[in-house]
Amino acid sequence: MTTSARDEVLRRIRTALGRTGGAAPQPSPVPRDYRTSLGQEPGAPGLLDLLVDRLVDYKATVHRCAPDAVGATVAAALAARGARRLAAPSGLPAGWLAAADVETVTDGAAQDGGALPVATLDAVDGVVTGCAVAVAQTGTIVLDSSPDCGRRALTLVPDYHLIVVRADQVVGSVPEALPRLDPDRPLTWVSGPSATSDIELDRVEGVHGPRTLVVVLVEG
Amino acid sequence: MRIALFATCLADAMFPRAAQATVVLLERLGHEVVFPSGQTCCGQMHVNTGYQREALPVVEHHVDVFETALRPRAQGGDGVEAVVAPSGSCVGSVRHQHAVVARRMAEQGRADTGLAARAEAVAAKTYELSELLVDVLGVTDVGARYPHRVTYHPTCHSLRMLRVDDKPLRLLRAVHGLDLVELPDAEQCCGFGGTFSVKNADTSTAMLADKIRAVQTTRSEVVTAGDSSCLMHIGGGLSRLRVGTKTVHLAEILAGEGWEAAL
Amino acid sequence: MTTFLGMPGLPVATERGTLRGPDTFPVAARRALADTQLRKNLGHATSTIRAKRARVVGELDDWEELRAAGAAIKADVMARLPELLVQLEENVTARGGHVHWARDADEANRIVLDLVRAAGTPDDPVTSVVKVKSMATQEIGLNEALAEAGIAAVETDLAELIVQLSDDTPSHILVPAIHRNRAEIRQIFLDHMPDVDPGLTDEPRVLAMAARAYLRRTFLAARVAVSGANFAIAETGTLAVVESEGNGRMCLTLPQTLVTVMGIEKLLPTWRDLEVFLQLLPRSSTGERMNPYTSMWTGAPRTSDGAPDGPQEFHLVLLDNGRTATLADEAGRQALHCIRCSACLNVCPVYERTGGHAYGSVYPGPIGAVLTPQLAGMHGHGADAPAGGDPVDSLPYASSLCGACFDACPVRIDIPSMLVHLRAKHVETAQAQRRVPGLPASAENAAMSAAAWVMQDAGRFSFAERGLQLGRLLARDGRIRSLPPPLSAWTTSRDVPAPPAETFRKWWARTRGDRS
Ligand code: SF4
Repeated sequence: MTTSARDEVLRRIRTALGRTGGAAPQPSPVPRDYRTSLGQEPGAPGLLDLLVDRLVDYKATVHRCAPDAVGATVAAALAARGARRLAAPSGLPAGWLAAADVETVTDGAAQDGGALPVATLDAVDGVVTGCAVAVAQTGTIVLDSSPDCGRRALTLVPDYHLIVVRADQVVGSVPEALPRLDPDRPLTWVSGPSATSDIELDRVEGVHGPRTLVVVLVEG
Repeated sequence: MRIALFATCLADAMFPRAAQATVVLLERLGHEVVFPSGQTCCGQMHVNTGYQREALPVVEHHVDVFETALRPRAQGGDGVEAVVAPSGSCVGSVRHQHAVVARRMAEQGRADTGLAARAEAVAAKTYELSELLVDVLGVTDVGARYPHRVTYHPTCHSLRMLRVDDKPLRLLRAVHGLDLVELPDAEQCCGFGGTFSVKNADTSTAMLADKIRAVQTTRSEVVTAGDSSCLMHIGGGLSRLRVGTKTVHLAEILAGEGWEAAL
Repeated sequence: MTTFLGMPGLPVATERGTLRGPDTFPVAARRALADTQLRKNLGHATSTIRAKRARVVGELDDWEELRAAGAAIKADVMARLPELLVQLEENVTARGGHVHWARDADEANRIVLDLVRAAGTPDDPVTSVVKVKSMATQEIGLNEALAEAGIAAVETDLAELIVQLSDDTPSHILVPAIHRNRAEIRQIFLDHMPDVDPGLTDEPRVLAMAARAYLRRTFLAARVAVSGANFAIAETGTLAVVESEGNGRMCLTLPQTLVTVMGIEKLLPTWRDLEVFLQLLPRSSTGERMNPYTSMWTGAPRTSDGAPDGPQEFHLVLLDNGRTATLADEAGRQALHCIRCSACLNVCPVYERTGGHAYGSVYPGPIGAVLTPQLAGMHGHGADAPAGGDPVDSLPYASSLCGACFDACPVRIDIPSMLVHLRAKHVETAQAQRRVPGLPASAENAAMSAAAWVMQDAGRFSFAERGLQLGRLLARDGRIRSLPPPLSAWTTSRDVPAPPAETFRKWWARTRGDRS
């Protein structure tokens, strides 16, 4: 049944295109006259300012800090939130949570029982991760399920998500981000906290995904 | 310049002042206007209602008439350099629909395969009034005086089919004594749409109601546009509601107050 | 179903009533226009989104270049569709996914139903699935088909949930509940949402919170999700879903089984092509630089450590359902380039006033007016019968041809030209069906033929103008207030000026007649 549907649909397409056998046409050239780059190196100060502007515009909270202050900045943000119990991916850099007065459950860690069940993720006060790349122009941060990002459920179920972004991960535009990503990995592009425009087409933040998005931008 | 006038069937039969003012204006600017008397209609109503087969002879006729007008006099033509029409949508039809109809009909074996190219050649020399003035003749101040409060409605086909952009506004701004008031939501369609106004009369009227409301907020004496058809629609609503605001074709304003004296 | 349109051997969609409404557009529109609350809601929502879109599109100085690239990529997809689909299938399969093909709605529904059943066991059958908003599954009537088999489909998108709770139908392709305002939504929640807080206010934030609370447990317990897809990358086998609320992420991440139903036209050839579409889509649809969440996955997704990450049972259903018939029409094919951003709806002066229900199809607005007739087929009646005739045949006429849709479309679909083309197809079909030797097919056809006969000769035309002069007798104070049908449709709301005393032609002959 399925095979015949496949053959049938493919046959219909060829008929519709007026193609009777023969080789496939060559790909037609695509005019790519749009900007493929904002012309600034990853992490350039202008890009960092742009990223912060765009993140704040879509209601994310942003803290900027020097590399040696990540632990303190994360700790202060978590303390302000009143977060006590946090989830983290297995590859989170050691220093990031070192200064925070929190209990950490690590996803996929043997001592925490392997992959954290959804109920556990639903009960924690938040999650802290890194990211793969950030796009300044659109205020987007991409998670790619590498060890410091974790699997997708980890950053979805908790209501509070803190992402540490390193300056060298910040590129200008979408065309600059895609070549840095591996299509074989599950990817989540995050632009601000969860939101909806479904009521009178006006945007309000906070639906099913994390309602609070905090970004710690590490400069220098 | 020697210019052929395509009066358009609507202006010819119902709104002669738009075509007359075009003649008076161009003559005042020192150009010679000819009116190829064989002309009728661009066939747009037929095409836009789905009757392309019926439109074909009308299109063929239009191409014949204006091809002759554009031919040098030595070869039996009128030797005009350009064709002008006081209508964005009729020029839009000539420019964007004639060749399409010709090709479709040629595919069906109903039209000569050479018609599309001939239609394109005529279309390439056909201009809407503001295009002719600004782009071809290079004038924005036509030396007119029109001491009235006026608002301008950019008709959809001038705006989005021909992309006349702000040419009509530039011409209006240069008219002496004219108080130009911006029309809110100007780029919204007035709801005419040819047979749409009859086939979907309720929706058309709802669109017109909003256009009239916008016109009223400008407190203008006159609403102007480059298309007699849209003006007929807006004017039909203004008249029914006794709003008092008049509709005047762009050509009449550019011809200047008192232009009728030249008739 | 048979049709006179399209190529022989290319069946149009098998319908479950999702494309062909009960009434023609003029009839349904008249009803909608009388609903003042609806008019207010639509006017407010569409003007809000138009302003937002204009702002973010204005931020990009290469918008036109992006549109040109988007259009070219889609044209390339259509030209190479068989090869690209096979490439997609290979890549999805190689990464642990399964690909199914469906000729029509019934076949697609059967495939999904079998997959849902297979996800359960005899002792523990699957009785509900969570759904991400998807036009394809709406088009095939999947929820109804699942319901007939005893499986509840829970819509998780906020607007879709509003529609589902109130047993309504969608009226917009992006925001199905655009016809409802906050007060109405509050009432729907109070009436239909179990365990809702009776103190619920109509603050959008509070309403969104209510939806979060209501769906939370459902998400965490879901075993099967059904989604659509915004894009599928042939080169990599990657699927992408673009959303806002996180309900998409929930469905695409937490259940063990994911079934994605996708029209065969949703393909993009290469990974790089996303750089165009991820810029075009969010700015055109919700008027954002980027939507809050975009999920991408390939086959049965794994983390970089090789651990499962999301549904390990992944099924992709590729749907024809009239698309190949659409593809067969060179002048109509462009409708398949649509990325369902809804920009054309939001700028359409007709849609803004009538809303989506008047179109009677899951695809309303300008794109619906060109896509629906091609997917469902036109029958050729209704050219001159606004109250009778086929609802689908009335759709290409539901436009003033103002062209705003083309300017807004991120992939430059020339909707106005396609409307004109479909009107011609409609008339040609009607003529072929109703041809009696010597008689035109309809009164409208007779009038059009007569007008064309007049218009191809200046002598006939000036003779007709003389007849028009008689109209002066109908005028009072220079205006005519009433004309007989069908022109009465004009004069019910608009005057007609009295014909002039002298036509232009006569004036010219009188004043300059010796000149040419
Ligand atoms: S036709 Fe164009 S504007 Fe309309 S929904 Fe499709 S992509 Fe968007």
